[in-house]
Amino acid sequence: MYIQEQTDVETRISLEKEVVAEEMRRRYKVIVAKLGLDGHDRGAKVVARALRDAGFEVVYTGIRQTPEMVVNTAIQEDADVIGISLLSGAHMALVPMVLKLLREKGAGDIKVVVGGTIPPDDAEKLKEMGVAEVFPPDTPLSYIIKKVRELAEERRRS
Amino acid sequence: MSNISSIKTYNKELIEILRTAVEEWEREMRENNYRDRKDVFYTESGIPIKTVYTPLDVEDQNYFSKIGMPGQYPFTRGIHYNMYRGRVWTMREFSGYGTPEDTNRRFKYLISHGETGLSIAFDYPTLVGIDPDDPRAYGEVGVVGVSVPTVLDMEIIFKDIYMGDVTTNMTINPPAPVLLSFYVATARKQGVPDDKIGGTTQNDQLKEFIAQKSWVFPPQPALKIGVDLIEWSVKNLPKWNPISISGYHIYEAGATAVEELALTLADGIEYVREMIRRGHDVDSFAGRLSFFFASGVQVFEHVAKFRAARRMWAKIMKEWLGAKKKRSMWMRFHTQTSGVELTAVEPYNNIIRVVLQAMAAVLGGTQSLHTNAFDEALALPTDFSAKIALRTQQILAYESGIADTVDPLGGSYYIEWLTDRIEEEAWKIIDKIESMGGMINAIEKGYPQMLITESAYRKQRAIEELRKIVVGVNMFQSEPLEEEKRVPLLKIDEEKVRQQQIERIRRFRQDRDPAKWRSSLIELERAAMRNENLMPYIYNAVINRATLGEIMGALKNVYGEWSEPIIL
Repeated sequence: MYIQEQTDVETRISLEKEVVAEEMRRRYKVIVAKLGLDGHDRGAKVVARALRDAGFEVVYTGIRQTPEMVVNTAIQEDADVIGISLLSGAHMALVPMVLKLLREKGAGDIKVVVGGTIPPDDAEKLKEMGVAEVFPPDTPLSYIIKKVRELAEERRRS
Repeated sequence: MSNISSIKTYNKELIEILRTAVEEWEREMRENNYRDRKDVFYTESGIPIKTVYTPLDVEDQNYFSKIGMPGQYPFTRGIHYNMYRGRVWTMREFSGYGTPEDTNRRFKYLISHGETGLSIAFDYPTLVGIDPDDPRAYGEVGVVGVSVPTVLDMEIIFKDIYMGDVTTNMTINPPAPVLLSFYVATARKQGVPDDKIGGTTQNDQLKEFIAQKSWVFPPQPALKIGVDLIEWSVKNLPKWNPISISGYHIYEAGATAVEELALTLADGIEYVREMIRRGHDVDSFAGRLSFFFASGVQVFEHVAKFRAARRMWAKIMKEWLGAKKKRSMWMRFHTQTSGVELTAVEPYNNIIRVVLQAMAAVLGGTQSLHTNAFDEALALPTDFSAKIALRTQQILAYESGIADTVDPLGGSYYIEWLTDRIEEEAWKIIDKIESMGGMINAIEKGYPQMLITESAYRKQRAIEELRKIVVGVNMFQSEPLEEEKRVPLLKIDEEKVRQQQIERIRRFRQDRDPAKWRSSLIELERAAMRNENLMPYIYNAVINRATLGEIMGALKNVYGEWSEPIIL
């Protein structure tokens, strides 16, 4: 908690600038969800917070979400993007269910991105199924923010 | 002896001469234009680090009250007199995946390569106490660990492994009483006498709310169940460690080393108080408590953390909680090398990171150690990566010589200073939790969760802003080589494992006396409503072939389930 304060002030200033710029337009909305029984919420929370600091409207669902719960939240909130975090290895079983439910409920335009311990082979398969982006461990937050913004813009345009 | 604590380690005259010498040295350094490569150096917990340390930094330190001899209060240097010269730490690799048959094979493989203790990794359905045929288990059976919903699964894991010859750690929390009952029933069936059943149940219910998040019941009943297990084990299983008070998950969730230490000790205090409230003399059980920490690549900070941890726990037990026996003041702990510090890019670099982390654990005086495999950030370990992880420990133990003297870093001006600083910072957090009325109140207010969330975010920002370097990730990045791209990973056919486990549990349910089974669950519920110790009832349900999900279901009827407040 007491990591150097100095750079934090700098960070805060630069973040505040971004926030002001972002609020000029209608804010993009992202659902950050922990799918399945997985309790590893560190990454999801860090990403949720980074997106919020970058001006997105973020809804963090908490852990132990079923595909139905995630899809319902996304539709109710009229989200632009769903960010799913999984470190449990259950991604190949659960993520396709989210995609399927979105399509069934006529919300196939909501973009889905996945982060966590996703082996490269699985990442390819998920993208073929319709996941817009997969962020493996060590992905910089700045890259995630950039990609999510692009996807949200794309959805608003369509 | 009366004023021994007023004797300083360094005499006044020397300190005065040194003070002048250091001032002179600083001037010389400036005059010769020596500049640091960074404005300020910090440990990862945010403690500023000086250029060099001298006796001036530990001038107030009294050798006996702060450091002392190994095996003697305050145990800063280790809990045993000769530490690894007597016996090296237990090499205990956390493992388990797929079906019980898969895990039985992996255990035998590790034992045949010189592993000295077992540690079962359970899958998510087992961790949260549901059966493989529960719809919520879809996609998760046998994936992060082994599926163990019945006593029969435990019997298969230990097929041809005599449980009287091994000690086993079980990383299990809300369902700990059920898994311990599976274990004890299996050992008894093998003919192992109760006084030969050895191992550990993690059973640290409080840290589930703070970090690991495999909670089931709300905090109060979770604590009750955990303490029931402690009470029962102290009475029935003389060689069982009923709890492993865990900082590991707290560190992995993003806490600094200081926060990990403070929150773990605060959890420990809560368990001891609960046992005392139930009328137990502190010395009748305290020697059975064990701990579990992470070790990181920042070797010195972690060594200092381990040393501070022993000294603080000894003080807490002796001065706050009234322990008289030496063993009650011992902090015995297991260490796991930090998984979050390992990277998915250039995964073979992780072998080197694990060496540093493991060294920190050994220099810090751990009793047992798990070293992560280099593919940790990608999947569960293969036979190959698990073997390298085990070999890392063996090389440290038998080739490096770091295990040949006790606390080799003790007396280093830096390490002693850092040990003091970490202790000081950790007390501040413990005092804050005390002022909130203890850990349960603090959890309900979200204080530890907030600390961790904040630190996790700061660590990530530090990486983004290059204040924290991770080689291959934010410095010296490279195009991956073919060898780095094609790391052979363990693949689990979840569909197949789930079908097998569902089929097995169905047959298991058919093969029981329905009347006895039903009444064992009803008796358990009634005992929970009467607030009795539930262990005997859970054991009885296990013997009458109730499954994990059924037993947890009966308890949920009484206690309900936790719903987590969202803290971002």
